[in-house]
Amino acid sequence: MIALGPGPDNRAAPTGNTGNANMAQAEGVQGEVTAEKLVTADGIPLKRSMQRAERRRKLMAFLLVAPLLAFLFVSFIFPIAQMMWRSVENPEVVNALPRTLEALEGWDGEDLPDEEVYAALYQDMVADQELPRQEQRTGPLAVRLNYELSAARSAIARTAFRLDRLEPPYKEAFLDAHRLWGNPELWRIIQREGDPFTASYYIAALDMTYSDEGEVVMRDEDRRLYVPLFGRTFMLSAVILGLTFILGFPISYFMSILPMRKANLLMIFVLLPFWTSLLVRTTAWIVLLQEQGVINSSLVGLGLLDAENRLQMIYNMTGTIVAMTHILLPFMVLPLYSVMRTIPPSYMRAAKSLGAKPWTAFRRVYFPQTLPGIGAGGVLVFIISIGYYITPALVGGQDGRMISNEIARHMQQSLNWGLAAALGTMLLVSVLILYWAYNKLVGADNLKLG
Amino acid sequence: MVAEGHSDAFVAFERVQKSYDGETLVVKDLNLQIGKGEFLTMLGPSGSGKTTCLMMLAGFETATFGDILLGGKPINHIPPHKRGIGMVFQNYALFPHMTVGENLSFPLEVRSMGKSEREDKIRRALDMVQMGDFAGRRPAQLSGGQMQRIALARALVFEPELVLMDEPLGALDKNLRERMQFEIKHIHENLGVTVVYVTHDQTEALTMSDRIAVFDDGRIQQLATPDDLYERPENAFVAAFIGENNTLKGKVEKIEGDTCHVALDDGSRVKALRVFVEGEGARTTLSLRPERVRVDVKEGAADTVLEGTVKERIYLGDHIRVRMDVAGNDEFVVKVPNTSGERHFKLGEKVAVGWAKEDCRALDPS
Repeated sequence: MIALGPGPDNRAAPTGNTGNANMAQAEGVQGEVTAEKLVTADGIPLKRSMQRAERRRKLMAFLLVAPLLAFLFVSFIFPIAQMMWRSVENPEVVNALPRTLEALEGWDGEDLPDEEVYAALYQDMVADQELPRQEQRTGPLAVRLNYELSAARSAIARTAFRLDRLEPPYKEAFLDAHRLWGNPELWRIIQREGDPFTASYYIAALDMTYSDEGEVVMRDEDRRLYVPLFGRTFMLSAVILGLTFILGFPISYFMSILPMRKANLLMIFVLLPFWTSLLVRTTAWIVLLQEQGVINSSLVGLGLLDAENRLQMIYNMTGTIVAMTHILLPFMVLPLYSVMRTIPPSYMRAAKSLGAKPWTAFRRVYFPQTLPGIGAGGVLVFIISIGYYITPALVGGQDGRMISNEIARHMQQSLNWGLAAALGTMLLVSVLILYWAYNKLVGADNLKLG
Repeated sequence: MVAEGHSDAFVAFERVQKSYDGETLVVKDLNLQIGKGEFLTMLGPSGSGKTTCLMMLAGFETATFGDILLGGKPINHIPPHKRGIGMVFQNYALFPHMTVGENLSFPLEVRSMGKSEREDKIRRALDMVQMGDFAGRRPAQLSGGQMQRIALARALVFEPELVLMDEPLGALDKNLRERMQFEIKHIHENLGVTVVYVTHDQTEALTMSDRIAVFDDGRIQQLATPDDLYERPENAFVAAFIGENNTLKGKVEKIEGDTCHVALDDGSRVKALRVFVEGEGARTTLSLRPERVRVDVKEGAADTVLEGTVKERIYLGDHIRVRMDVAGNDEFVVKVPNTSGERHFKLGEKVAVGWAKEDCRALDPS
């Protein structure tokens, strides 16, 4: 690796001086000036010899990191970039209807387009049918337009099926084939989406829509879906964060003052959810919380509850909160514990000897020193719960769903990947904003993860 | 300064016992009176119970039995924050998230003191430890000696009448430690505050204290002024623990007044001062300071004259340290002053060594 330099015997002297040069640089401008003048015993400028000596170390460091870097690029950065790309890319209309789009230029967007446009549409569809089946673009077009207007798919399919029977004038023929071709909204959509990039996925993800005048407006209150879901996701995450903190802080403190052996035993209990299979854990929660479950039956058995008024504790928000708090508790406890363990008991003693009541000593001396742990635990729990999927899906029911469940639905059932990508990107951006805000408020250097 | 009796004792331990596990006593029947303004040091090896005593006085440990009195009032049931005792901890315990000024302000704030008064006191306390320019620094930006000074200032800023120090200089290097010893002593003299100081370093104890309580095995072995402790140790532990010490073991043959005639194990006869022997026939340990032994003594010129064989010689500048075999003890050390009439010791040379009866103390056999 250092074959670039002179012989090995030349190198002994420069390496010996490396430390001095480092120090001179650290001291600032004055040091640098002297460093430039300095030469090693064999006359090579000190800086160059130093760089040569450092080169091997840098290469070594890079080689150590390289496999992980490559893995991260392939499995993390590249997919994320692709997801963000997919949330704006919009090739379907452009590819399938180039002539139609050209003819649509200059259309006023009010009345139906002229015959010329319908003729262009006919040519586009005929051209597409002549392509091999794998390359036909009408299918994707139908799906794409259906996202915007729900009958569009059947209009295109039926028209394509009867294409060889269509005869001029095409306007009447198309209107005859499907009534949707007489709807100006369909044409407005074709015109609007006739661009290789679109914001319409984001507009849909923000519960907005285009008005008849082509302006972006909020959907009607009762048709909004994603914004309330984002709100609920953040609300649930905040509640789970609060619960893990309230439950985790005392146990972390207790473990931090116990002798190591007992603390480790307690730690096993805290870590238990980590080591149990997700399905076993979820099943346990179902057994406990369901309407005929252990808790409800016990309450009824004790006469605290009427048999008709059994509590609904699972397949709703309560289920999501209970199960996720349990699962995420270790993420709060571990950083808290590791920070608390390093706070010597003499601080509290010193505060008391200086006259502080136990509560004051805790509030002003102990608690501020746990902030790095609280910050780390809080960021972990909040960010993990914002994107949590499996537990809400299993025990969340309808009102315990979170945004990731909706993303999964669009990925797997509605197959609207563009919308899923837009929702995913918004989730990613909101996490980044949160992290940025945390960094501004507390400083990421204060994050202590272990 | 030295308290006599209970009446004017500022701090008093009365028959205090402490056990952590209910099986062994860490502190056994401790009785100690400390006068107002006194500098008292608890000195002892680790595990001797000295720190436990300090923690009981501070209120962080409760006495299993007995009373601790402060200003004549029992404080067993008063929590630490109401005792008004300043304390300097071994690791300083400066609050890392506060600046130096905030650290010093803390005890004043919890006493609801006004802002201007606080600033005044903080400035005076910082000036006292010559750290006036450091109020804005964080503890992490200070050196060990500076942290030590701040810890001292913080323990004194709220003007407690009693300050406890738990091995405060333990983490400093030797030179700094010696300087801080004098500084702490001067601050004590200037303020007139009562100080209870815990250390395992005997030099530190001898330098600073009005009185020293030597702890071992949960008991005070001797409570005396530094010079008394060195000159007149009352038992073998104190004699061995404080300063350098030669021991000779033997049996008491006869007691005449305060003189013991002791037959050493190799048969030599020695005269010693009776300090702590049970009576004639009992075994005893004789304690003798190396600098009190004279060399080349003629027969009859000293109370005791024995012959020693030189085993080792170390030149130390101001004195020469000679290790000899005397009466079967080959760890017998003599310090010979390096005067102009230079004396050469050859290995294996026979030397007559002698000492006065008063310098050879007959103590318990242990």
